[in-house]
Amino acid sequence: MKISFDLNGKKTCIDVPADRKLVRVLREDLMLTGTKEGCGAGECGACTVLVDGQARLSCLMSAAQIEGRRVTTIEGLTENGRMHPVQEAFIEKGAVQCGFCTPGMVLASVDLLERTPCPSREEIREGLSGNLCRCSGYVKIVDAVEAAGEKMRRGNPK
Amino acid sequence: MEAFLNKTMLEVGYSTPRFDARSKVTGEELFAFDHCPEGLLWAGARRAGLAHGLIRGIDASRAASLPGVYAVLTRKDVPGTNRQGIVRKDQPVLAGTKVRHCGDPVALVLAEDRDVLEKALRLIKVDLEPLACVFDPEEGLRADAPQVHESGNLLHKAVIKVGDAERAFDECDVVIEDSFEVPAQEHAFLETQNGVARQEEDGRISMVVSTQAPFRDRFEIAHALGLDVEAIHVVSPSLGGGFGGKDGATVQCLLALGALRAAGRPVRMVWGREESFTAGYKRHPVRMWFRVGAMRDGMLRSIHCRLLYDTGPYAHLGVEVMALGMEHACGPYRVPNTLVEGRCVYTNNPVSGAMRGFGVCQTSFGIESMMDLLASKLRMDRLDIRLKNALRRGDKNGAGVTLVHSTGIVPCLEALGAHPLWKESGRWKSAAGPHKKRGVGLAAVSNAIGYGRGLPDSAIARVELTGEGKIRIYSGVTDMGQGNSSAFVQMAGEILRQDASRLEIIQPDTDLAHPSGSSSAGRTTYTFGNALIQACEELKEKLLHRASLLLMLDQPSGLVLLPGKVKHLPSDREVPLELLGRIFPQTDRGAVKQFVMPVAQDAAESAKEFKLGFPHVLYSYGAHLAYIEVDELTGKIDVKEYLAATEGGRVINPAGFEQQVHGAIAQGLGYGLMEELLTDRGKILNPNFTNYIIPTSMDIPEITSVCVETEESSGPFGMKGIGEVGMNAPLPVIAGGVEDAVGRRLRRSPLTGARVLAALKDQGESL
Repeated sequence: MKISFDLNGKKTCIDVPADRKLVRVLREDLMLTGTKEGCGAGECGACTVLVDGQARLSCLMSAAQIEGRRVTTIEGLTENGRMHPVQEAFIEKGAVQCGFCTPGMVLASVDLLERTPCPSREEIREGLSGNLCRCSGYVKIVDAVEAAGEKMRRGNPK
Repeated sequence: MEAFLNKTMLEVGYSTPRFDARSKVTGEELFAFDHCPEGLLWAGARRAGLAHGLIRGIDASRAASLPGVYAVLTRKDVPGTNRQGIVRKDQPVLAGTKVRHCGDPVALVLAEDRDVLEKALRLIKVDLEPLACVFDPEEGLRADAPQVHESGNLLHKAVIKVGDAERAFDECDVVIEDSFEVPAQEHAFLETQNGVARQEEDGRISMVVSTQAPFRDRFEIAHALGLDVEAIHVVSPSLGGGFGGKDGATVQCLLALGALRAAGRPVRMVWGREESFTAGYKRHPVRMWFRVGAMRDGMLRSIHCRLLYDTGPYAHLGVEVMALGMEHACGPYRVPNTLVEGRCVYTNNPVSGAMRGFGVCQTSFGIESMMDLLASKLRMDRLDIRLKNALRRGDKNGAGVTLVHSTGIVPCLEALGAHPLWKESGRWKSAAGPHKKRGVGLAAVSNAIGYGRGLPDSAIARVELTGEGKIRIYSGVTDMGQGNSSAFVQMAGEILRQDASRLEIIQPDTDLAHPSGSSSAGRTTYTFGNALIQACEELKEKLLHRASLLLMLDQPSGLVLLPGKVKHLPSDREVPLELLGRIFPQTDRGAVKQFVMPVAQDAAESAKEFKLGFPHVLYSYGAHLAYIEVDELTGKIDVKEYLAATEGGRVINPAGFEQQVHGAIAQGLGYGLMEELLTDRGKILNPNFTNYIIPTSMDIPEITSVCVETEESSGPFGMKGIGEVGMNAPLPVIAGGVEDAVGRRLRRSPLTGARVLAALKDQGESL
């Protein structure tokens, strides 16, 4: 099946089986390996991407479901070499350890801050509860999202 | 002077961002999982699905004839011994005569794509004759028990004996006895076991694999498949978590076996989450019995303890895990008389192996629970009784080792006692809402670092100035996420005075780096770091001497390294590192140095049954405290606050130190509150994240980490490893908090709502 969609700001056409998992399309057909896969069953959040700006699990989506949609992966979050404030905050606040959950965690945070620009720590914890991290105690991730929110509210351009 | 103080410099002691943080937030970091070369074959293992049985036959004909199937391999296709294992080689690459747990692989399929692979695996018919099973280690020791191995079910037994424990009990004012039990825990790293291998034209096997021990893997593969060690090349990129579960062969031998058959095509194997549960290693389930004797003033006199470790069907590191658990069974306390008896038993349960805390977090639950019970019996404060018995430098620990290195449990306990969370705990407890009860739990723990006596704990660091004038470190030890490679870059930056832009680190590659042991045992940064410091010092001398030649100086005095250059301070003249890189040959631009960790010089009379891994001489310490709220209606435990005071010598990177403390606590809280591998006749009932729940951001409280610095004179920049010690405290902390809150002592973990509720309903003796 031919599928057209916007991938990280570029019009993209692919010809894949309609039921091929989006995570495999991204990682194996388009070689965008920044998106990870930790369980294949929608439990860990490592495969999180943005579809029309909203966090979605790419292991639970099929290729057919992205027809005409706008897909943002971690590779598309950096614009002209400039990182998103969430990415910068993850670095500054020590929210990165093994890094395998990081792309999904960053994208889920971007979505969270879009919906809730000024979240409390509780709201951040709730918003990220679908993204598992086995290395950290989540505290620094919450710190990073809090800091990124502040930075974005101050109107810093990306 | 400004240049020295510039914060962009990588210096020891600063919370500089991790060296790998940028590539990880942008998705550029390549894990083994991201290596997907053209033309690859997918490899998959057919698992036994039965805990114990004789293999009567394997019919792979339908699978083999499926279009897209490249090959189906069974035991008869395995050259060599077919036996893998880190110390004891008792685990088959492909089971040929019998299966000993549900996850044993009986066939390996190579296929063109994953759909065909899945189909082919289902089409393989395995004819198994069921055998009687051993699921209970106690029953496994009976004379008439079914035998997991012909050698019998007792993998190992050992005794640590100091003084005369039995006689000392007679002199004690108070003696208490109790039993405890902990289940298997899953590592649950997010990147499952995986790798890709191919046979090169010269016959060598090259492999990119998610492993904690790339150098040792070569020996395991070579032994199992009858290959030369030099014919195996292992590359270990950053790991998506390890925690011990990637120490020892997982996919390695299967990948190499597949590559031998694939005529130069790359072979990729990725364990799915369920396969990772089924075939991967677990934390050992342990049953413990303790008898503790003390004087009226709270001074410990004698401890007798019996430990029973369920190692599953293969040894893996079972003996060494038990050795470390036994070594720590008497806690970070001065106990003049100890008798610790350990047995490690084969069963048909999932395979137990290495996991952060390595046998210690089990016995910490036992001894710390006993300390609480002792305090309660003597009507003493739980902190006071620990402080009174806490080890100080010069004391002998419960294993009979004289502590000649930094010993910081006392300052950890003092930091805890001085903290507002301890001082104000009474007020917090009394403010519980309706149907809530509040309590405070605390624990004192230690964790040895290094391999222990019998196996030289060594690392060899290589560092060089590249042709482009950068400093390149060839790491010999995997970074599984703990941040050791960042620490290495910081150490090199400190000695060679370079900023981040002029430093590079190459993750372990057995063709480029030197054998440096595994990433494990709290020894990774300590051992390799010590070797790296020496190598950097040598390189520094070399660079200064070569620069002095170019500056026509007789002596290198007055020369200093600065970012990108060597500068002659008296004359203000400079030599750019790029120039040194261009002029001098590669053989003159590097340094290679080795370090071997010190070992204990005493305790020679005890535990002679352990040929390696006992005892240790270096330990890190921690004292933890938590505010626990119990819901009387549901039994659910809510951890409201968490405080950890940790001593690991000096701190290389405070942010990195905190990351390790937080992460260990989170895994420990999972272990204490919810994580339990459930099995039925050896089959895992919760082999996925739907049923095996690990902590989410909603389950972990805010954590306060207090760093208690000491100077470890043998450590690189005075540091010791602290990755594991934090794992050992949360379970006893929770159990103590629950008792403080509701007056019930739980002896089985995890402390689920159901168990707490059952304890609350129990009107008689607590569970």
